[in-house]
Amino acid sequence: MKIALKNCQLVQPQQKINKKSNLLIEDGIIIKIGNLSAEDLKHAEVFDLKDNFVSPGFFDMHVHLREPGREDEETVQTGCDAAAQGGFTGIACMPNTEPALDSAEVISLIKEKAKNHLVEVFPVGAATVGRKGEVISPMAELFNAGAVGFSDDGVAIKNARILKTSLEYSTMFDVPIIEHCEDESLAGGAMNEGSTSTFLGLPPIPSVAEDLIVIRDILMAEYTGGKVHIAHMSTKKSAQMVREAKAKGIRVTAEVSPHHFTLTEEAVKGYNTNTKMNPPLRTYEDVEAMLEGLKDGTIDCIASDHAPHSLEEKEMEFEYAPNGIVGLETQIGLALTELYHKKVLTIEQLVEKFAINPRKILNIPIPKFEVGERANLTIIDPNEIWSVDISQFKSKSKNSPFNKRLLKGKAVGVINKKKMVLNGKSKKI
Amino acid sequence: MPLSSRHLLGLETTPKEDIKLILDTATTFKEVLERPIKRVPTLQGKTVVNLFYENSTRTRISFELAEKRLSADAVNFSVSTSSVSKGETFKDTIRNIEAMKIDMVVVRHAAAGTPLYLTQLCEAHIINAGDGIHEHPTQALLDMYSIREKLRRLEGVKVCIVGDIAHSRVALSNIFGLKTIGAEVSVCGPATMIPRNIKELGVKVFYNIDEAIQENDVLNILRIQLERKAGGNFPTLREYHMSYGITNERLDKNGKDILILHPGPINRGVEISSEVADGSHQIILQQVTNGVAVRMAVLYLLGTQN
Repeated sequence: MKIALKNCQLVQPQQKINKKSNLLIEDGIIIKIGNLSAEDLKHAEVFDLKDNFVSPGFFDMHVHLREPGREDEETVQTGCDAAAQGGFTGIACMPNTEPALDSAEVISLIKEKAKNHLVEVFPVGAATVGRKGEVISPMAELFNAGAVGFSDDGVAIKNARILKTSLEYSTMFDVPIIEHCEDESLAGGAMNEGSTSTFLGLPPIPSVAEDLIVIRDILMAEYTGGKVHIAHMSTKKSAQMVREAKAKGIRVTAEVSPHHFTLTEEAVKGYNTNTKMNPPLRTYEDVEAMLEGLKDGTIDCIASDHAPHSLEEKEMEFEYAPNGIVGLETQIGLALTELYHKKVLTIEQLVEKFAINPRKILNIPIPKFEVGERANLTIIDPNEIWSVDISQFKSKSKNSPFNKRLLKGKAVGVINKKKMVLNGKSKKI
Repeated sequence: MPLSSRHLLGLETTPKEDIKLILDTATTFKEVLERPIKRVPTLQGKTVVNLFYENSTRTRISFELAEKRLSADAVNFSVSTSSVSKGETFKDTIRNIEAMKIDMVVVRHAAAGTPLYLTQLCEAHIINAGDGIHEHPTQALLDMYSIREKLRRLEGVKVCIVGDIAHSRVALSNIFGLKTIGAEVSVCGPATMIPRNIKELGVKVFYNIDEAIQENDVLNILRIQLERKAGGNFPTLREYHMSYGITNERLDKNGKDILILHPGPINRGVEISSEVADGSHQIILQQVTNGVAVRMAVLYLLGTQN
């Protein structure tokens, strides 16, 4: 089957492309870029994209699919549906499932379940067996089964010795250790420590709990030569330390989640459990630091930390509610509204954060606009004004603090693996 | 004049007029408590549920007495927090209780913010009887009532709260209430027990108890929660008593007439010595009596709203 995408604003910063063009795609392969003749358009279904941005498919490197174990909250299928709806053609899923992604069998199970979906799923293996922080996982086996990185996400790798071993061992595959940075002895609170936590009487999590593990991990990356990726960075100090480490050539990368550059701890007032996440919402200063980090490249990419929770689990006393929010279907809109339209990032930079850098970090080939390449792309309407409606989410879970928020800019479509989702409708192409 | 809110969730957002109204109303009820027949028909036909998710003896009894003296039907519902995780959710419990047609809920819960959450789950008037380390508004109101009764005013009175400020709902409610009414509030305790951002609440901090005594008219001494002791926020009880314990010797040394409050239960020989706990500066038992009057006032003002 043949389709033509007319009037695309192609953006692929790695190829230094930012131009108006047209794409002709046949059986999922780009067969022509540029002016399309009447001959080209014969038998092709034509879509006029009206100068919308078309970029390499966006990639979210921090998603919790909950399968296996908590299929009531999300499954590979519903998570991928949510990803496609939100504008992503690829995701990396985190290993804190039940059982954890610490065996080749579970990794293969995920890959198998995702096989026929438009969205490609790349599992992150557990760094240690059962994520217990005692023995490193069979990394070679997991790598061969398709793991693209290792993490004990939910917690940091328990101690420096296991971290050292993990980093040394993982260098053989050149994959990153993805760290949830939180010092265990300072963990356990319900929100960021500050005047808001005092006012609300909520047990605090000090920001230094994150900073301590970030600096530990940077030092260990330097010492071992391994690759560390800081997941969901949230503090000003962390950003500063990563900036300095990068300047020294240490192999450290970082991601930020949209809630950490759009919301502050103030949002917790009212005890809405959808403002409870870990790391917690921080201060205005921290948000500013996240924006600065995105701007100067300290922060490589944006990732949702999509964490589905059932309604029953979130509908309870704030202190007892689980951490996390869903993010796949809101993050591109949030990024366009808060970063692109507010001139924090250009469209090229945004594409780097969403499509190029996450794949670089995980050694996944980056889609290009070239004849003969697979069509793997995201279509962005930067000007569509829409309001978030959790009842329309494809995700099984609706735990979002952004319900009813007005956003400017939306991912309106994705194409990958001979499939297309455009304006909410799926079709084979 | 009615209260401006349907609930009493905390003193952070309670306006000055409301606090004054509660305290003035309590004066009337205190008079009722002096009568041979200590009962008025004000809340006849109203049902109040005392929903206690945390152990409490004195607060619960105080509320229960207040309810009975107002002729309300009082029902006690006590649950241990652990049963929450085992069975019915908090939301379902509330729905069930509400289905029994009740008018007011007095709630004590280990998790901060639960009273506000309750207002979203049911139509009843909600009174916070202590939520986590957040607020305990009726305790602060009775403390304020007791100070006012003794010193004849609250405006400009210098009150220092002594002890584990970081883990005290009594401290926070007192800070909010006293500041709203125009008192000068300070806190005193070891640095590990003072919240990092306390100054943003507009209170002065003393680390030295003798200075706190010299500079204040009132000390409100918090109970040291013995269960928090070991290896936690201070080295030993002995050291705490040495540094912050209120003794006659210490009061004499600073040679000053000072009013001593304690929300109870007291740990004799820890935060307060026996001779001070039974001495002439303290009004600990008056606080308990006033507690009933203040809670009657709150129940009355909310229960007679539409």
